[in-house]
Amino acid sequence: MKQPDSVKDISKHPGQPLAHVEPMELVPLPPPFDNLDEEPEFAKLSDQAREQYVVLDDTIAVNIKKPESKEEEDRLVQSFLSGLKKCFTKEDNWTFLQPLEMSMEHCAKCQTCSEACHIFEESAENELYRPTYRSEIIRRIYFKYIKKASTLVHGDIDLNWTTVARLIELSYRCNLCRRCAQTCPIGIDNALLSREIRKIASQEMGITARELHKDGSVLQLEVGSSTGMTPMIVKDNIEFIDEDTAERTGIEYETPWDVEGADILLIHNAGEIMAWPENPGAFGTIFDAAGLSWTMSSEIVAYDGINYGVWYDDMMFAKVAVKHAQAAAKLGVKKIVLGECGHAHKALTVIADKVLTGDLNIPRESSMVTLLDIVRSGKVKFDKSRNDFPVTLHDPCNLVRLMGVVSPQREIIEAVVPEGRFREMAPHGVENYCCGGGSGFAIMSGHNFADWRHFMTGRKKFRQILEAFQGEEMDMEHPKYLCAPCSNCKGQIRDILAYYDAWEKAGIYYGGLVELMVNAMVDAQPGFIDWEWH
Amino acid sequence: MTIITYMIAYCGMAIFLVACVARFKMWSKMPMHLRWELYPVAHEGGGRATYGGSYLEESDWWTKPRNVSLLGEAKVMVPEILFLEALKEHNNQLWKLSFPFHFGLYLVAACTILMMVNGVLGALFPGLMAGIIGTLFSWLISITGYAGLVLGLVGAVGLIQRRFVKPLRDYSAPVDVLNLVFFVIAFGTALTTALWVDRGFERVSTFVGNLVTFHVSPLPGTGPEVFMPMISAILLAMLVAYIPLTHMSHFVGKYFAYHSIRWADEPNLPGGKQEKVIHELLDQPVSWSAPHIQGDGKKTWLDVATEDQKK
Repeated sequence: MKQPDSVKDISKHPGQPLAHVEPMELVPLPPPFDNLDEEPEFAKLSDQAREQYVVLDDTIAVNIKKPESKEEEDRLVQSFLSGLKKCFTKEDNWTFLQPLEMSMEHCAKCQTCSEACHIFEESAENELYRPTYRSEIIRRIYFKYIKKASTLVHGDIDLNWTTVARLIELSYRCNLCRRCAQTCPIGIDNALLSREIRKIASQEMGITARELHKDGSVLQLEVGSSTGMTPMIVKDNIEFIDEDTAERTGIEYETPWDVEGADILLIHNAGEIMAWPENPGAFGTIFDAAGLSWTMSSEIVAYDGINYGVWYDDMMFAKVAVKHAQAAAKLGVKKIVLGECGHAHKALTVIADKVLTGDLNIPRESSMVTLLDIVRSGKVKFDKSRNDFPVTLHDPCNLVRLMGVVSPQREIIEAVVPEGRFREMAPHGVENYCCGGGSGFAIMSGHNFADWRHFMTGRKKFRQILEAFQGEEMDMEHPKYLCAPCSNCKGQIRDILAYYDAWEKAGIYYGGLVELMVNAMVDAQPGFIDWEWH
Repeated sequence: MTIITYMIAYCGMAIFLVACVARFKMWSKMPMHLRWELYPVAHEGGGRATYGGSYLEESDWWTKPRNVSLLGEAKVMVPEILFLEALKEHNNQLWKLSFPFHFGLYLVAACTILMMVNGVLGALFPGLMAGIIGTLFSWLISITGYAGLVLGLVGAVGLIQRRFVKPLRDYSAPVDVLNLVFFVIAFGTALTTALWVDRGFERVSTFVGNLVTFHVSPLPGTGPEVFMPMISAILLAMLVAYIPLTHMSHFVGKYFAYHSIRWADEPNLPGGKQEKVIHELLDQPVSWSAPHIQGDGKKTWLDVATEDQKK
């Protein structure tokens, strides 16, 4: 295993990777994937990519081109320092000034956080992926080059273009799941520091991951959705989903659009509409059956709940949050309900809480809660025996650790899954592990990044999934359901399961929570979950 | 020597107090930030704190009174402060050193406070302190003093050793070791003083009593009997002054890390008091330079958040 010897290595040997992880060095997964020799091939980074972009390890996330002149190098270093300085002003960074100062000032470097990080653990504890590695670098840069403090007090580091570019790239080796922060005895937040580094790159230097910015937030604000769907296309797609779902369930319904004065504005992650149409279909079916007053909005941005700014840019975050709230205000709804998308939940419910005021301060609620209300109301009858297969639940970090929505999804499962069929992952709830797709990774796949995230960031989750189903027959004849009530988590889990061929080899299928509900609806035809891999 | 020692002791206490207040003010004057809480949130009521649930688990949560439990918060805070529960749970090996170190500090602080109270009561009620209460104070001072110094020393030496072993070695600056060495020197000198010339801490108690009653007078005795307690007092006073000037002031910061960040789940309700503050913050000028922002120091957050998207 290649790994850095010290924090100072970040500045040295440009062009050479700092870390490399061999599959044979990893801890084997549980059966039937316990043979390291049979690990899927990990796509190598091309020589062309290594030549063109800054090199950190086995992959590339951000595509930072190597500077062509010394002047360009210096300009980019100065730009980084300028952004770092702005992070410590009320004007430019009131949004995170206090949490940032806290994490800069008080780290005791005890390394307690490292043990909590799934990436560090599954990389066979490669030093590059230690949560404090990048934190220590940004801290040393700040104290040495901004505060001009003694290196005897805060440690030394050389600052050059290589340091800056690798640090930005390294900020995209963290899922921002904040499990490390949860274990810190003092309250230091390495994930926040990763996000602040991303923010400097984006807000000051204009350096972003293409999938998050240009193909993500920008596209969403310009067209309406990061999927590229315009209002007309999304309405067409939903109409098709309504019809298809009705065919499958035998229950006719029509998704209401732009209904003024409706109680609920439902906002899905538009990825559901494109990749998992059964999810919005199930929402429509069950909301209609429960007699809820609800609507979707065809305003630009408002039919896609994603808000990628939450991972890299406060300004982009605020723009999208405002658009969501404006659409709700225009319709005069009583509340916004977020569909099965973890980061959309956190972005609009929690983080935007200190952005939205006046007419835009419209209450937001998790769909987990709305769905539980339907269960409790008794307006929809469920037949648990229709879900007579092993079920486990993935806890999306944004929903549990970062929002405290833990219990409703479990109560729903209890209502729609037969006793003894549900098993928790270990650990679960607020101590869960990230799926490995957090912070935008699930939608990032440039170069060989997709392989890297399956192999490195998603490995812990896959291990947990396999452990949860141990004791069951691990083949396709015995299907098992992994419930992941989050679109991005579902995308990452789909990719991991496909990477390891886990449906064919172990019978592990995945889907959302509302699909489990409709699958058990007495009034619906049986077989809503079709066990067809997609 | 006597005057200098008293002066250093007064200065040490003054610097400690001023620095702690300054730290506290710095953290408390920070602007409101975006919500960034982490669950479990200890004050969440209704039994939800036990599994990490929040008020967001309730439908129409904004229409219902919040169930906030200060007792629940105390149940987490008190064991955390006294026994470093988070470290015990997540890094037990380090806790075996860090706990004696911190608990030793608490005991030394308690011992000092007992000496102060003893001094004040001795000046006000000499008859009372000549009896059983005085004896009780003497015992308590000895117990907390010896236990605190020994635990603190053991912990500090152990923590120094860990600073020279990977992975802490690679992340520690020289001052991280020097801080602990300072503790070893100050506590080691104090323990040596006690064992050599001041077994019942009477001389140090007299010195602390004089300090708090502003009775600047030499300690009785000669040679090491006077010299050692003075050196101990000087070192401890310097340590007390030094702590809040370093990252060891995390005892102040930690309060805000928990109450202002980790557990800060107060919602911004429509028409509530937070909206005014948010308006002021959204009115802050932006100078971020990226092409999609083009902050010129005049545009505000509100301008940027509501303007059309730039590529």
